[in-house]
Amino acid sequence: MSTTVTTPIGSGEAAPGPRLNYLTNGHSLKSWLLTEDHKRIAILYLISVSFFFMLGGAFAGMIRYELTSPAGNVFESDAYNRIFTAHGAIMVFLFLLVAVPAVLGNFLVPLMIGARDLAFPRINLLSWYLYTAAGSLILISCISGGVDAGWTFYTPYSSLYSNSNVSLCLVGVFLGGFSSITTGVNFIATVHRMRAPGMTWFRLPLFVWAQYATGIIMMLGTPVVAITLLCVIFERTFQLPIFSPELGGDPVLFQHMFWFYSHPAVYIMVLPSFGVISEVISAFSRKRVFGYHFVAFSSLAIAFLGFLVWGHHMFVTSQSMYQGVAFSLVTFLLAVPSAIKIFNWTATMAKGNIHLNSPMIYAIGFMGLFLIGGLTGLFLAAMGMDVHLTATYFIVAHFHYVMVGGTVMGFLAGLHFWWPKMTGKLFNDNIAKWNAIVVFLGFNLTFFPQFIAGWMGMPRRYHYYYFAPEFQIYNILSTMGATVLGIGFVIPVIYLIKSLFTGAQAGDNPWGAHGLEWQTTSPPPTENFYYSPIITDDVYDYDPVAEHEAIRELGANRQH
Amino acid sequence: MSAHGHADSPVKFQYEDIDQQNDTYVIGMWSFMVTEIMFFGGLFLIYTLYRMNYQGDWWKAHEHLDWRLGGINTANLLVSSMLMALAVRAAQLKDRIKVMTLLSMVVACGGLFMAIKYVEYSGKIVDHLYPGPSFTTNPEILHGANLNHAQLFYGLYFGMTGLHGVHVIVGMLIISFLIKFWYQKKKVVTEDYIPTELIGLYWHFVDIVWIFLYPLFYLMPKPFTVLGGH
Repeated sequence: MSTTVTTPIGSGEAAPGPRLNYLTNGHSLKSWLLTEDHKRIAILYLISVSFFFMLGGAFAGMIRYELTSPAGNVFESDAYNRIFTAHGAIMVFLFLLVAVPAVLGNFLVPLMIGARDLAFPRINLLSWYLYTAAGSLILISCISGGVDAGWTFYTPYSSLYSNSNVSLCLVGVFLGGFSSITTGVNFIATVHRMRAPGMTWFRLPLFVWAQYATGIIMMLGTPVVAITLLCVIFERTFQLPIFSPELGGDPVLFQHMFWFYSHPAVYIMVLPSFGVISEVISAFSRKRVFGYHFVAFSSLAIAFLGFLVWGHHMFVTSQSMYQGVAFSLVTFLLAVPSAIKIFNWTATMAKGNIHLNSPMIYAIGFMGLFLIGGLTGLFLAAMGMDVHLTATYFIVAHFHYVMVGGTVMGFLAGLHFWWPKMTGKLFNDNIAKWNAIVVFLGFNLTFFPQFIAGWMGMPRRYHYYYFAPEFQIYNILSTMGATVLGIGFVIPVIYLIKSLFTGAQAGDNPWGAHGLEWQTTSPPPTENFYYSPIITDDVYDYDPVAEHEAIRELGANRQH
Repeated sequence: MSAHGHADSPVKFQYEDIDQQNDTYVIGMWSFMVTEIMFFGGLFLIYTLYRMNYQGDWWKAHEHLDWRLGGINTANLLVSSMLMALAVRAAQLKDRIKVMTLLSMVVACGGLFMAIKYVEYSGKIVDHLYPGPSFTTNPEILHGANLNHAQLFYGLYFGMTGLHGVHVIVGMLIISFLIKFWYQKKKVVTEDYIPTELIGLYWHFVDIVWIFLYPLFYLMPKPFTVLGGH
C-alpha cells in the first residue's frame, strides 16, 4: 500500500523476529510508573483521565438529579454550588484539556512522524506526575469541604469572600497548567525536530498539525492563567492585594486575564479532536482530506484568532461597548476557520467509499454536534443577543455542545480508531456502532432542551426554579438524556476492557488506513518502528490501485 | 532498546545524532522561555494598568524603596550574567575547572542577591509595609500616598519581586546541579556544551526580569499629577 523505503535500526542486526512490544516490555509496577515511553505514559494518562471523567460525570448526575424538581430540595444552595464547581473544575481541568492531547497525542505524535519517542521523554513523565498531583489536590479540595467559586474562580468572590477550599483547588489547577505547558512544549519541539526523513511539514497528518497548534496555545495561554490564578492564591494566602476592589484593584481585570487563556483553552479542547476527525473521516471515506492545506492552516488560524476574542465572555461587564464591538467582530471571524474544517470534511466524504464503522459514526456525530455548538456560538457573539442569553442555560447548552460534543465525541472516535493500535486487540464493532448512536441521541436529549429552557430565561447555577415551573419539562428531558448518555459512556468501558481479554488480534492495520502509525506492529514496539522509516509518499495517499490491493489484503486478513 | 544511544553517550536514544538533539533542546528551552515571558507578562500587565490609574500615589509610595540596594543588586545580577556567559564559553572550550569556578561564582551572586533582598524585605516588614490589616498608616513612611493605593503598590512589589526571587532560588539550585554534573565528569555536560548554555539562558532570563523590575519599582519618574499638585 505504501512506498516507504526503510533501513534497519541498529548495526547489522538480523531481520526482526517476534519481539517485545511496549506493553510486554517490563511488567513491574515500576516499569510503568517510571517509564519514559510515550506510549506507556499515554496509557497512564488514559487510566487517570477516564477516572476523572467518571468522577466529573457523577457530579453532573447530582446536578441533573437536583434539577428534576423546581423546588430544589435535594441539596441546599451551598452544597449545589460545590457540586457544580466540582463538576466544572474536574471536567475542564482534568478531562477536557488533557484527554485528547495527553492520551492520543502522546501516543500518536511520535508514531505519526516516524520518531522513536517525544523530544523530552522524562519531561513527558513529569507532566503525568504534575497532572496526578493536580488531580489529587483538586479532588481533595472538592471532597473535603468543597469549592464554591465555580470553575471560573471570579474575583472578588474567590479571593475575598469564599470560605471554601479555593486556595488548595487553585494550587491544583496551577499544577495542571504546568503539566499542560510541558506537554505543549514537548509537542512543539517534537514536531519541529523529530520528523523522520521525508516527513515534510505538508506530509504531516492533520492530527499532528492540530497537536502542534494546540501546543502553541498551551505555550502562550496557559502561563497567563497560571499567573492569574497565582495572584488569587497570593490574595488569599499572603494577603497581597491584586484584584481587591476595596483598595482600588480591578476585579474585572481578573476576568480579562482569565479569559485570555480560557477562551483559547476551548481550542485546546477541540483542536486535537479536529485532528482526530480529519484522520477518521479520511480513513473511512478512503480519500485524501479535501483541501489539506486549508485544514492545516485553519488550525493555526484558530490558534491565532482564539487569542483575540476573550472579551466576548464579558459583554455584560464594565468593558466598553467599542471593545465589545471589536470582540464581537473577531468572534464572527473565528467561525470561518471552524467552518472551513466542517466544509472540508463533508467534501472529503462526498463520493468517498464510506465505511460506517464505530469511529466514523462518532466522527459524523461530532460534526453534527459541533455544528450546532458552533452556530449557537454565533448567537452569543452578537452583543445584543448575548445580553439576553448571558448566564442562562442557553450558554450551558452551547458550551456543552462544543466541549462535550466536540472533545468527548472526538476522544471517543479517536480512542475507537486507535484502540487496535494501542492494545493490539479488536473490540466488538457492532456494539460500538450502536453505542455511538446511543451517545449521540443521549447527548442531544440532554442538552437540546437546555437551549429551549435557556432561551426562555432559565438561569444557570440555580438549584431551583420554583418561580417558573414551566422549565420542569425541559429539565426532566435533560435528566433523562443524561441517564442515556451516562449509560453510553459506561458501555465502551465494558466492551473495550473485554476486548483486552477476548478480542481478536488486530493485525498491523485493521482499518486499512494510510499513515505511518499503521505500518508498525500493533501494539508497537518500545522504539516504535523496527526500521527507521523514510517517507516517500504523500499523506492520505489513498490512490485507486493501492486501494484495490488494500481491500483485497483486508479480506485476506479477515479470513484467519 | 535500540542500538542508538548507549549508556555513556550524550545522545539520547530518541535522537539520530548530537546535532538533532541540540537543535531540539534549543527549541524546547526557547519555548519554555516564551511561557515564562507570558507568565511574568501577566504581572507586568497588572502593574501597568494600576500604575496608569494611580500614578501619583505609586510615585509617593515608591519613594520608600531604597534605590541604592536595588542598584547594587542590579549590578550584582549583571555581573552574574557575564560570569555565566564566560562559563558557557569555558564549557565550549571544555575547560572543566574554569566552568566549575565560574558557575560557583554565579551561584554566589545569586546568594548575595537573595541576602540583599532579605535585608530589603525585613526593612519593609518592620515599617509595616506588608499589605494587610497591619499595613502602616504613618504618612511619613507612605510619603503621603493614599493608603489603599500604596497597599496595591506593595502588594505587587512583594508579589513580583517575590516571584522573581523564587526564580533566582530555582536558578541557583539548577546551577548547583550543573556544577555537580561537571564535578562528576558526566558526559552529558562535558561532551556537549548545550545543557550548560541552556541553563545559562534561564539565568539570563531571570536577570532580564530584574532589569525590568528595578526601574519599574525603584526608579519611577515624578508624574505630572504630582508635579501639578493633583
